[in-house]
Amino acid sequence: MSTPMPSEPWEQQEKAPAVKKFMYVNRRAPYGTIYALESLEVVLIAAAFEQDVSLVFIDDGVYQLKKGQDTGEIGMKNFSPTFRALEGYDVEKLYVEKESLWTRGLTEDDLVVPVQVVAREELREFMDQQEVILSF
Amino acid sequence: MTMLHTVNKSPFERRTLDSCLGHALKGSAILLLEDGIYAALEGTVVTDKIKDATREHPIYVLGPDVRARGMSEEQVIEGVSVVGYDGFVDLVAAHDNIQSWL
Repeated sequence: MSTPMPSEPWEQQEKAPAVKKFMYVNRRAPYGTIYALESLEVVLIAAAFEQDVSLVFIDDGVYQLKKGQDTGEIGMKNFSPTFRALEGYDVEKLYVEKESLWTRGLTEDDLVVPVQVVAREELREFMDQQEVILSF
Repeated sequence: MTMLHTVNKSPFERRTLDSCLGHALKGSAILLLEDGIYAALEGTVVTDKIKDATREHPIYVLGPDVRARGMSEEQVIEGVSVVGYDGFVDLVAAHDNIQSWL
């Protein structure tokens, strides 16, 4: 044994936390299922760990960012304003797939937050660079 | 027999709407609700499918679900009727049977 055990746990020197590239892939519409809200909850929790976080919205996931959501009549919480608060948690990389917007007749102007609109082809490369991918 | 069909899944994620349209008798009513409302909107790749279907079926969409998802009645395809929860109840009462395409 070359390194002796520290006598007490608190004497161990604290290492700088490892920063990994985390990608959250959002593919579900809001409200119809719980996925969209759960994803957002996990993003907010994970934000406390100061990782390199990206959020990606593809397929029906782009609907999560639609402006003007009014859930008063369906008795559910409108969580879309929370996307505007992400910046305060240093979650600033939001990517929306161009093809998914087009399929649904949406444009960047329809979204509640500024995002980067990216083509599927770019997204493919970008996904490949991640260390942790969480899919919702 | 008159049938009311309901579709609550997104047409972009599931084949539920297609199954419904394929099995619904001409003249039977179709109500789009929850994530099914995305089929009722102008400017999408499924818009034409619904426009065609309005020639064979009275089609309704649930307003509260439209508004919850950030869409407005102006975006709803012409020929599709927007109804509230009261209209939903009336539809249920006016038909002999309901088929929920889940």
